[in-house]
Amino acid sequence: MTILGIVVVLLAIGAGLYAASRVVPGARNWVLGGFTAVIGLGGLFVAAGSGVDSPVGYYGGLAFFVISVLIVFYLVKLTFDEGYAPAEAPALEGSSSRPVAEAIMTKNVVALALVLVAVGTVAFHFLSPWWWTPIASNWGYVDDTIIITFWITGVVFIAIIFFMAYCVFRYRHQEGRRAAYEPENKKMEWWLTGLTTVGVAGMLTPGLFVWDQFVTVPKDAAEFEVLGQQWQFAFRLPGKDGMLGTSDSRNISSENPFGLNPNDANGQDDVLIEGDDLHLPLDKPVKVLLRSVDVLHDFYVPEFRAKMDMVPGMVTYYWFTPTRTGTFDVLCFELCGIGHYAMRAKVVVEEASAYQAWLEEQSTFAQTLARARNDTGEELYQVLSEGETDSAERGLARWDSN
Amino acid sequence: MSYFIPTAAEQIPPAEVAEVELYHPRSWVTKYVFSQDAKVIAIQYAFTAISIGLVALVLSWLMRLQLGFPDTFSFIDANAYYQFITMHGMIMVIYLLTALFLGGFGNYLIPLMVGARDMVFPYVNMLSYWVYLLAVLVLVASFFAPGGPTGAGWTLYPPQAILSGTPGGAGGGIILMLVSLALFIIGFTMGGLNYVVTVLQARTRGMTLMRLPLSVWGIFVATILALLAFPALFVAAVMMTFDRLLGTSFFMPAIVEMGEQLKYSGGSPILFQHLFWFFGHPEVYIVALPAFGIVSDLLSVHARRNIFGYRMMVWAIVVIGGLSFVVWAHHMYVSGMHPYFGFFFATTTLIIAIPTALKVYNWTLTLWRGNIHLTIPMLFAIAFIITFVNGGITGLFLGNAVVDIPLSDTMFVVAHFHMVMGVAPILVIFGAIYHWYPLMTGRMLDERLGRFHFWVTFLGAYSIFLPLHYLGFLGVPRRYFEMGETSFIPESAATLNAFVTVIALIVGFSQMVFLFNLVWSFFKGKIAERNPWGATTLEWQTPEMPPGHGNWGPTLPVVYRWAYAYSVPGAEQDFLPQNLPPEKVTANEGLERPPAAAVQPAE
Repeated sequence: MTILGIVVVLLAIGAGLYAASRVVPGARNWVLGGFTAVIGLGGLFVAAGSGVDSPVGYYGGLAFFVISVLIVFYLVKLTFDEGYAPAEAPALEGSSSRPVAEAIMTKNVVALALVLVAVGTVAFHFLSPWWWTPIASNWGYVDDTIIITFWITGVVFIAIIFFMAYCVFRYRHQEGRRAAYEPENKKMEWWLTGLTTVGVAGMLTPGLFVWDQFVTVPKDAAEFEVLGQQWQFAFRLPGKDGMLGTSDSRNISSENPFGLNPNDANGQDDVLIEGDDLHLPLDKPVKVLLRSVDVLHDFYVPEFRAKMDMVPGMVTYYWFTPTRTGTFDVLCFELCGIGHYAMRAKVVVEEASAYQAWLEEQSTFAQTLARARNDTGEELYQVLSEGETDSAERGLARWDSN
Repeated sequence: MSYFIPTAAEQIPPAEVAEVELYHPRSWVTKYVFSQDAKVIAIQYAFTAISIGLVALVLSWLMRLQLGFPDTFSFIDANAYYQFITMHGMIMVIYLLTALFLGGFGNYLIPLMVGARDMVFPYVNMLSYWVYLLAVLVLVASFFAPGGPTGAGWTLYPPQAILSGTPGGAGGGIILMLVSLALFIIGFTMGGLNYVVTVLQARTRGMTLMRLPLSVWGIFVATILALLAFPALFVAAVMMTFDRLLGTSFFMPAIVEMGEQLKYSGGSPILFQHLFWFFGHPEVYIVALPAFGIVSDLLSVHARRNIFGYRMMVWAIVVIGGLSFVVWAHHMYVSGMHPYFGFFFATTTLIIAIPTALKVYNWTLTLWRGNIHLTIPMLFAIAFIITFVNGGITGLFLGNAVVDIPLSDTMFVVAHFHMVMGVAPILVIFGAIYHWYPLMTGRMLDERLGRFHFWVTFLGAYSIFLPLHYLGFLGVPRRYFEMGETSFIPESAATLNAFVTVIALIVGFSQMVFLFNLVWSFFKGKIAERNPWGATTLEWQTPEMPPGHGNWGPTLPVVYRWAYAYSVPGAEQDFLPQNLPPEKVTANEGLERPPAAAVQPAE
């Protein structure tokens, strides 16, 4: 598929170059040069594709590339030497004797190109298969604001290009033409400023309304926490008491990866999910509390349309209501180091009953801590016996302070 | 009575400041190497900036190869990929665009356009370049540091930028990056003070502020922005260096890295983001305003028409410059800052669209009823308007807090800022080089190579970045080494990425053609006539071309009118140079005399 696409593009370029050579005389060298360049690029791809392991493809491709570069530069030089040799005068005569229609076409090619850019942009917009994922949260207003913005700015964009194309077509240089002298036109400038202000207000007003909703968390939103660290997400849900326990990154250790306060009663029944999918109930507003232990991360599900960075040293938040069941990809959306692109998770949105059943199966902080203490007791002993006192001492010191 | 008897608008005030003696070089070294002549310094800046820019170009190919053809190239791993994107971004924004517009065009154009013999502080100007060169060398050195250059993204957000989970974070890469930035800022400050003082202090007789060409206005206001904005980055770089080397905690809270408690505590990662974007957003306009100014002049000269609404254009530049300091946190809607900031920054951000839109209207209205010569600079100027409007309107998406929430950190952002502060200003740079190359070298750049370069660059760049917006809508994140298994991304997205990569390589190739043109035309190009475009501004009116040492021969030019006297009714000439005495203007009896107010906006 990819290769087919490249071939089509290359053919299109070739056809374009050929067409150009028909319109502009003496473009043969350019066409040849263009093709050679394209073939040279192909050589580069061959070299890259086969890698050092297959020397024929690798060095062959590279040689192809180098040779084609040299040929291109030679062709360019050739063209220029031809162009500036004494043969220059006849060449100019030749161009002036071209048919009038062709000359006009060449002159208007700029206006035509501008129109094509505008039309192409609109066509691409409507034909593009790449568009929003179907929404799965309450933030349809966000999409609406974008559509309003699209219409207002799109109309302006197309109008400006068409106006320029008209100007280039209508006021292109001709013998005897003289530009109008008009330093300014205050009335027109104020009108344009006023209209622009109206357009801007048309985008800003809905934007601020929706932003107000975005930053105002409903009172009945259920809280859950996302914890980011290089390079994974972990989740914490309140237990039966409906409260999340307090936390501090100074509490973090291998047996307490969330850094929960072991003395906080609210935290004992918190449900901890590590290395597994997050589940959320359908149609219930949720407030996401975001925390990071190391660097900036960002918890984003494209279908939910809402995101916020996770910042070490503070708790950030946003809210949304899942409105569609399904399994969605979670991606980290703030560069967080070399594993950024691999920092993923999944969210499962399901009916309340299925959600409750899933919740029952998860283990709480108290359970994981008890289990971890049993495990690490042995580990600690092993570490000490192997003589790695440094990390063990720090581990012990933390125990004492607690 | 002819109209061209000096009127109030064409009177010149007496000189207020006496001329200052120039530094005269005595040897080849002081003339061409340690030169104090702004024109030589400009070329040095431009050469260095373009050289390091080529490194960024190659890096962009490498990252595009990975995105278009993942799992294909053994020499690109995640580590290298993140280093490529970081260095590409940093080089393009700071070391190429800022340095080329202000250090390159600023140095060349300001003294010539305001009618000065040189910058006000030539020695400091020279130091500025050498400190910039040092900054570039330190940057290049980071490629050879153990662990390679930093891969923290060009925004260098802590904590990850100085931790071991990021390429170059634990080695020397990030330190060299921060040191290089600090050096760049020191060098820039020396140059920037010069540009501001020269514009304010060294204008020739008659060159009032409201007669300045818009190129000078753009560079002037951009330099003021830079002088106020760069210190925030300087502070941030120094603090982060301390965090990394001395273990301070300016930006570092308590952190558990890979299960190990680090000694940091109490710092704020968001503080860095505020400092960075307090610099970073004005930085967009530090690049954009010179482009605005230069493109205004290109449009006016090649459409043979006065820039439409000069005074509004000047005020728009000043207003945009001022507003650019109160919009920075629109880069931070999803950073976790206080959510109420969103109301304020969304409002200021969308307001800045109004003066910006006015500039766009006035550019197109300059074409309207003009006499448009489709020269290569004009083509680039038109292409600038299209790409800038495209990138500007996607800015209205991202500036509106709630729309930014789903789009931030997607490919939409990548497409937006490449269109608006990558492609658009670079198209202006190309247009400006085609326009002023004859002045700098005395030869024309080749026309056919130029047209080839234009069409491939414009159409290519547009078809690279337009589709990327739509990948962003889909939810494709930026800064992903590879997408892996992602349920919502269809197979076709990979095909699109391959297409974009191929186009990027072709556009990259056409830049080689441009470089070839620069070199070839220098030796064999057509000899340029004096003032080949028929421009009114002073840089084309020097006694020698290219302008010699001291620019103006024995006496400084005297300015009688604004910079946009093209196709003035009543005058036979198509254009009236700023220093053309009124008595030398040939009246064209056949034309009607314009109302006095129409000749030039009142001051």
